[in-house]
Amino acid sequence: MSKTHVTCTVNGEETEFLCDSNQTVLDVLREDLGLTGSKEGCGSGDCGACSVLVDGRLVCSCLMFGSEAEGTSITTIEGIADGENLHPVQSQFLKHAALQCGFCTPGLIVATKALLDANPSPTDEEARYWLAGNLCRCTGYDKIMNAVHAAAAELRGESA
Amino acid sequence: MNDSVAGIGARVLRREDFRFIKGRGKYVDDMVLPRQTYAAIVRSPHAHATINSIDSSAASAMPGVVKILTATDFEAFGGVPCGWLVNSQNGDPMVEPKHPILAEGKVRHVGDPIAVVIANTRGQARDAADAVEVDYSALPAVVSMRQAIDNPPAAVHDDAANNVCYDWAIGDKAEVDAAFASAAHVTRLEFTNNRVSPNAMEPRCAIGDYDTSNGDYTLYTTSQNPHVIRLLMGAFVLSIPEHKLRVYSPDVGGGFGSKIYHYAEEAIVTVAAKVLGRPVKWTSDRTEAFISDAHGRDHVTTAELAMDADGKFLGLRCDTLANMGAYLSTFAPCVPTYLHATLLAGQYKTPLIYCNVKAVFTNTVPVDAYRGAGRPEATYLLERVIDKAAREMKLDPAEIRRRNFIQPEDFPYQTPVALVYDIGDYEATLAAALKASDWDGFAARKAEAKSRGKLRGIGLSCYIEACGIAPSAVVGSLGARAGLYEAATIRVNPTGSISVLTGSHSHGQGHETTFAQVVAEQLGQPIDNIDIVHGDTARIPFGMGTYGSRSIAVGGTAIVKAVDKIIAKGKKIAAHLMEASADDVVFENGMFKVAGTDKEIDFGSVALTAYVPHNYPLDEIEPGLEETAFYDPANFTFPAGSYVCEVEIDPETGVVEVCSMHASDDFGEIINPMIVEGQVHGGLVQGIGQALLEQAVYDDNGQLLTASYNDYTMPRADDMPNFTVDHQITACTHNPLGVKGCGEAGAIGSPPAVINAIVDALGEYGVEHIEMPATPRKVWRAIHSAKN
Amino acid sequence: MQSFNYVKPASLADAAAALSGADDGTVLAGGQTLLPTMKARLAAPSDVVDLGGIAELKGISVSGGTVTIGAMTRHADVAGSADVKGAIPALAALAGGIGDQAVRNRGTMGGSVANNDPAADYPAAVLGLGATVKTTSREIAADDFFTGMFETALAEGEIVTSISFPQPEKAAYAKFPNPASRYAMVGVFVAKTASGVRVAVTGAGNGGVFRVPAYEAALSANFSPDAIADGVVSAADMNSDLHADAEYRAHLVGVMARRAVAAAAG
Repeated sequence: MSKTHVTCTVNGEETEFLCDSNQTVLDVLREDLGLTGSKEGCGSGDCGACSVLVDGRLVCSCLMFGSEAEGTSITTIEGIADGENLHPVQSQFLKHAALQCGFCTPGLIVATKALLDANPSPTDEEARYWLAGNLCRCTGYDKIMNAVHAAAAELRGESA
Repeated sequence: MNDSVAGIGARVLRREDFRFIKGRGKYVDDMVLPRQTYAAIVRSPHAHATINSIDSSAASAMPGVVKILTATDFEAFGGVPCGWLVNSQNGDPMVEPKHPILAEGKVRHVGDPIAVVIANTRGQARDAADAVEVDYSALPAVVSMRQAIDNPPAAVHDDAANNVCYDWAIGDKAEVDAAFASAAHVTRLEFTNNRVSPNAMEPRCAIGDYDTSNGDYTLYTTSQNPHVIRLLMGAFVLSIPEHKLRVYSPDVGGGFGSKIYHYAEEAIVTVAAKVLGRPVKWTSDRTEAFISDAHGRDHVTTAELAMDADGKFLGLRCDTLANMGAYLSTFAPCVPTYLHATLLAGQYKTPLIYCNVKAVFTNTVPVDAYRGAGRPEATYLLERVIDKAAREMKLDPAEIRRRNFIQPEDFPYQTPVALVYDIGDYEATLAAALKASDWDGFAARKAEAKSRGKLRGIGLSCYIEACGIAPSAVVGSLGARAGLYEAATIRVNPTGSISVLTGSHSHGQGHETTFAQVVAEQLGQPIDNIDIVHGDTARIPFGMGTYGSRSIAVGGTAIVKAVDKIIAKGKKIAAHLMEASADDVVFENGMFKVAGTDKEIDFGSVALTAYVPHNYPLDEIEPGLEETAFYDPANFTFPAGSYVCEVEIDPETGVVEVCSMHASDDFGEIINPMIVEGQVHGGLVQGIGQALLEQAVYDDNGQLLTASYNDYTMPRADDMPNFTVDHQITACTHNPLGVKGCGEAGAIGSPPAVINAIVDALGEYGVEHIEMPATPRKVWRAIHSAKN
Repeated sequence: MQSFNYVKPASLADAAAALSGADDGTVLAGGQTLLPTMKARLAAPSDVVDLGGIAELKGISVSGGTVTIGAMTRHADVAGSADVKGAIPALAALAGGIGDQAVRNRGTMGGSVANNDPAADYPAAVLGLGATVKTTSREIAADDFFTGMFETALAEGEIVTSISFPQPEKAAYAKFPNPASRYAMVGVFVAKTASGVRVAVTGAGNGGVFRVPAYEAALSANFSPDAIADGVVSAADMNSDLHADAEYRAHLVGVMARRAVAAAAG
């Protein structure tokens, strides 16, 4: 089987790659582009560790073929911060200790950014529902929710 | 606390998080070695079968395939060892069948590895693994423990009669029986402690590498205890001496027990790397994790509690079947015995306790320690039977516990089941939990819920656990095949920066922060000058690793002991520099001072002098400033606490909502409250998950029905409430930090609190017990049955 | 997952040609089911025809009391559509309850309906609203479309292009999610339409989505939960698995139906 040539934008940079038909976006990110921040926790779209934004939308990169990325703009955890300046979601996760082993964290940060882009003032119920696609086995979600609300407040320009 | 150095007690931000939040953690699967190959494992689809033949000819011819290995390639090596020997009541050692690296003629559970396909890409390896043809003759599967013993359809191992691994007991049965004979009331409960799958979010991964130039092996693996893997795999499986084998576990994405054990895949990639002369990586997928990671719990128990007319406990009698699965995993035999039956005194002065444990082989994935390991099973047993007793005797659940608590003046307290509790204050945690949860105001909340058509219930659970495992002499006498001390090295570098090499391993616990706080406090140095190094046998002298909430109590104490040696040596150097006697030098806030004078010299100057010894007492001490300590604890530590849970049940659907959970814990002294809260939260959700959602379910043929997240219910963000926690403190008496450990408490204390709350909510239907997980179906069934 | 030919046609005609020219071709319409299926090696197509590049399959339009949704419209777009929310809020709400946010951002209505997973949500709406499924060759009434678990009236190579939903007077969907997968363990779509009441149930039946004539008759006479207070569907027709046995599912059908009616009536 021949490889597909794909041109897309990854974390703001125009990127080209050749992928096998059976490679997912996650495979391409991790194996070909060296962006290992996105993780494979299940490979079936049920854990959210591979969450990325595709054209601004939250997607499980393990359930999207690399070939489907043609012409898209992809943001991974590596592209969430502005250089060395942390995104408010990152800084609030840090401040609230909303992570432990760190494996699900990239996905949760990406998913939280997508949430707050879509809904700047989520209720606790809305935030928990949105993040239900991202499994965390360490934190019990409690401190994650605190971080989400603090990040929302910071993004709204309120003092946290 | 010394605020300027972010010492003990400070809510220091987790230093490891700076890399994790940017996606810059380095986990094993993130690593790519030059010329790396990929292994895929052919696993049994049968629970029990003989292997007639393995034909790998078609697979060998597939694109990218480099090598296919089967059991014959591992004939020179040992099996996967078990680290704990338990003897039966009659003195016989447990039955300990060989656990081959790859199946030798027989498979004993779905997922049992048979062959390894190594190819140039992961996809090629998996495609070719599918093409390996294995001819099986299926055998009857042994699934139910009761059936395995009473009416075995087959023998999982030929040398285990009736599939019993051991038949062990603690306590004097005759004395206990006598107590029951004289009791005013006996409460009896039969239940299952449900089998669960650990599900660390990072699937296991291992890379083997072999250096042909010097014969050195490196194993990169997702382990909680790399030195233990080096010892078990090196010495007992592959006969590779320690100096030729490096085991490195960098960032590891959660463990919860499942990454303690030595797994066959670690030996496979290590051997294969030498065979191929190329690195070999294996990464588990999630379904593989369900069928190859050790499961947890899985007890079937009968518990009886004898009381006098006032509800005072006279005796406890228990009978447990404990599932070992198909093979003995590393610590499996000790979990239902020394980590379960020895905890059955709980927080109570029960004078007589007897517990019989039969460990049973079945055609299922091996079962081993999972967050709490035996202690959740003991707590569930005790707290459920006590709750049922309170209901039967019409006593308040808090009152019946109070009447039986071990009192502060009773410590040290010798339980009838071997342990000696050093300290505790059970009234304190109970009072805190009842107050925080507004126990007394529950009736109004119940009435309000009723007005909305909901059944509200409240449940209490008081747990104790034995952590800081453990005094080596004690565990050795109980069958452990290793010592359970911990090691630490403090390396003060010439300019005063500090590398702490610890044998504890952090895979979410935050050691890089907590341990640094301890050292910062002790040495009076800024935390930024301190680095915690863990996970690498090439860099760290030795270690026994992280499990059983032992890191701060044992690993932390080893660090303290090493720091003490640094200070002692520093005093000698400082005394020389200040022309004083070492006995007169004190060390405070990072300064060596001559007591009673204004002479002082800072820590950095002493460090530099140690490495540039121009003016130095070379006739008394060596240059350099590096010290190692091995710490073997004098006793277990005994964290304890009280948890209160409130639930609401929708009687039409059986859905249980956890409305609140309060945890009042006594972990002794606390290094970083923020980290401790997080540990409790995580444990609570795993415990609530076990109580409401999670179960590894096998069908009668030994097929695992819950081998993906579509069937195994993981706790998700919208299943859970926020929690409240508080900490009461009685300092541990036998370690210098006064710490006890906090990693497992949440998972230990919460399941009975949840079930007690559900039973309370269903009280009007006369429901006395509901099995975990209390799924909507079970709850509805209980209500429905009561109605009819 | 085995390798395959990836094709991304720009038109329906090219898609049909690609499918007919393949040994064992399959359509990629979001991939939230197809990729896990292929990864589990339950499917190994020779050709995967990605419908994501066909403009005519996307979009939502409302006219003459009918909401027409292109087959490649993502669940999140249905959930967020002001048109859908205005015309058939129950449909938007149903779409907003499918899977999780990532699934909703990739999965498509056409993909879901064509797959006809017995626990999928959309089939309940299609059947409950009496929608019409338009394909590359014909229009199929909902009552004729779903023919059994993972079975539909679609012929080999036939592609769903859009689905038209008549606007009901009232409608609601009540779902009891499978606690693990969040698929419907029982989902009941109730619609009061000009031609009577329709009740469609997903997740529960051992033959896929189905209607409940007894409920429909009772609710046509009296559109209130009380009208079906005693109505119990037969457990004999219910699915049974480790999360719910047939009797419990049958019970939940009644509970969810009453809740859907209450929500619709409210």
